[in-house]
Amino acid sequence: MDRVAIVGAAQTAFSEKKVALTFADMAYDVTTRALEDAGMTIADIGNIVTVSNDFWDGRTISSMAVGDAIGAAYGDGKNISTVEGDGTFGAFYGLARILSHSYKSTLVVAHSKASEGDPRLISNALFDPLYERPMGADRVAAAALQAQVFMQEKGVSLEDIARVVVKNRKNGAVNPNAHRKEAISHEQALNAKPIALPLKEHDVSPMSDGAAAIILAGESVARKTPHPVWVKGVAFAADAYYLGERDLSESPALRQAAQKAYAMAGVKDPAREIHAAEIYDEFSYQEIMWLKELGLTGSALPVNASGGCLSAHTVIVAGLVRMIEASLQIRGKAANQQNGIKTALAHGQNGLCGQSHCVWILGN
Amino acid sequence: MAKRVAIVGSGQTDHTGSRPDVTGVELINEAVNRALENTGLTRADIDGVVVGNMDHFEGINGVELWSMDGHGGQLKPVIKLTTGGTTGSTLAIGGYHLVASGMFDRLLVIGWEKNSESDTTGAITTAFDPIWDRLVFAGAISGLAIDAMHYMHRFGITEKDAARVAVRDRKHALNNPHAHVRKEISIEDVMRSPMISDPIKMWDMCPRTDGACAVIFASEDVAEKINPKPAWVWTTANRHLYSYLGDVKTYPIESLERAAKEVYRKTGIKEPLKEIDVMELYLPYSVAGLSWIEGLGLCGPGQAPKLLWDGVTDMGGELPINPSGGVISTNPIGATGLIRAAECALQISGQAGARQVPDVKVALSTGFGGCFWSDILVYGSKKPNFI
Repeated sequence: MDRVAIVGAAQTAFSEKKVALTFADMAYDVTTRALEDAGMTIADIGNIVTVSNDFWDGRTISSMAVGDAIGAAYGDGKNISTVEGDGTFGAFYGLARILSHSYKSTLVVAHSKASEGDPRLISNALFDPLYERPMGADRVAAAALQAQVFMQEKGVSLEDIARVVVKNRKNGAVNPNAHRKEAISHEQALNAKPIALPLKEHDVSPMSDGAAAIILAGESVARKTPHPVWVKGVAFAADAYYLGERDLSESPALRQAAQKAYAMAGVKDPAREIHAAEIYDEFSYQEIMWLKELGLTGSALPVNASGGCLSAHTVIVAGLVRMIEASLQIRGKAANQQNGIKTALAHGQNGLCGQSHCVWILGN
Repeated sequence: MAKRVAIVGSGQTDHTGSRPDVTGVELINEAVNRALENTGLTRADIDGVVVGNMDHFEGINGVELWSMDGHGGQLKPVIKLTTGGTTGSTLAIGGYHLVASGMFDRLLVIGWEKNSESDTTGAITTAFDPIWDRLVFAGAISGLAIDAMHYMHRFGITEKDAARVAVRDRKHALNNPHAHVRKEISIEDVMRSPMISDPIKMWDMCPRTDGACAVIFASEDVAEKINPKPAWVWTTANRHLYSYLGDVKTYPIESLERAAKEVYRKTGIKEPLKEIDVMELYLPYSVAGLSWIEGLGLCGPGQAPKLLWDGVTDMGGELPINPSGGVISTNPIGATGLIRAAECALQISGQAGARQVPDVKVALSTGFGGCFWSDILVYGSKKPNFI
């Protein structure tokens, strides 16, 4: 693989309701700051990939809302495309458009505002309309089923998942961009109000408004930027659709994506060679589950030093934020900076109970 | 290392107005099975899947994951691309880049739509800004009527000139077993058809269709083993210039002009009318078949009707346009732009049956959608020496 780096990145602060900002306002904000971070202007950008979802935005062709704001019409106009799904998948396509030798750089911009839609209805629409949707389940109900099976099959306790909450909320408390900024005690996590058992209030990520952008660049451009973070490996894979067809206590899709990404990056012993991980912990138990499939269980590496999705979760954007936080750790610029981070992992997911996963290995 | 990329085969459903006999997943499966059959590949050979449609037509969130049983992407990379009407061409461009990246050898790219399950105009209307545009925008047809009026007024183009485009595409569709609307019509039939949005009449306009199209993109390492005459993707370009309707410059169509300039520059094409052998254009209605071929540089401003009346773009003409019958005959929206790519590839591979144009060496397809956005791909029988 040709060498490609993340050369610039920006994220909004995440919050419950950005009443004053349109999708375009948020996209413009992160685009401008990502360019600044890379020491580039929009004129330097080879092409653009936007990431959005028509259901969350409540408009068809959700990418149309941000075209003006991100430079689609700049100059002679730029080549542009749109991925629907998590930002890590959008970044993958942005990478492919550089590796195809068509462009030297890609601006990847993701946006979403949970506050403008009904997350229950929108995630209910992930279920098959004929066979499942009328049962009325949403992403949280599906996750509760998975949590139950996973915890039972793998011997994970309520205390174990509470520890994830405590750790990530503690980390989130020092992240200026976090949506939930209050640390939570072990007792508070365990005794919180039930949402869909075994998941309680703090086990479920908040629904946040926000946006994020990264700039990917091929080696010739990246070398001229102040702080490139190199892509070492990346892969994604999807699992079966119907929850009943899956063993919800495991994720062969994540295992496969991880193995491919590690192989590409030349990582043989992930627990030793990966120094920090940013995991898409949409729910507390998922951090434990995904780490297991990533081969990182038992490793002492810092996981979600940013606070993870339990501290701020904007669907579509959250995976891109994982990449940004992982790259900031490598640059030594994270709000909750950890020591000696040379190689970091970022993870994103799509669908119910983590049906599809994308794994990035980034390094200095 | 970057790889050169070819389309090695495709499969289409038999497109029709309503397919109550299948779900969307089954519709996708029909196209995928035909693509596998066309290429002699099996599901095991496929190393990635790309899916696209427009969410609000069928009301499925995450279609790439929902349609797993239809495309067989389990434990493979599966990704969704979508950009509205340009979704199909976005998918084809995506197929190109993803394979050219060197990360996939045989990529299954699927566009589909089941418009019979949708309120098509209602869903399209929500594409536009809820505060500034949506309240005054009544779906796709009224926007195109403005486009038509502008061009016709400027050059004194008549409704009969426009009808000539509809007559051509509908005649061509008779040769295509996959086409949705297959009915030969006359200029008078078009003129007598009910007015929808002045000057667009019913026979000027595309239908809404249930259908799916699956195309297999392959890297240069395997392409010729799968299909000895693959269609090499020479280049791609697109422009999605506008976010607001009020900003759109209808004539000349800027997005298409600029994308065309880019692909001609990259491929060294100087005289498209002479150098390109066939075009499959996303022409959602008749007047586009005049004004937009000017955008593609086939003739000067206001000169398109002459090309049409002289038969230059008919089967047997110098540059046949839409041998498949085009979008006016078949329009499963998320698949529409991808069908253009599949048809260009069939022409280059010599597999287009009754709609085959003899000896196609260079082909061009377009996509149209969003807010007067345009996408273009150029294909050749020769492996390109440029990437």
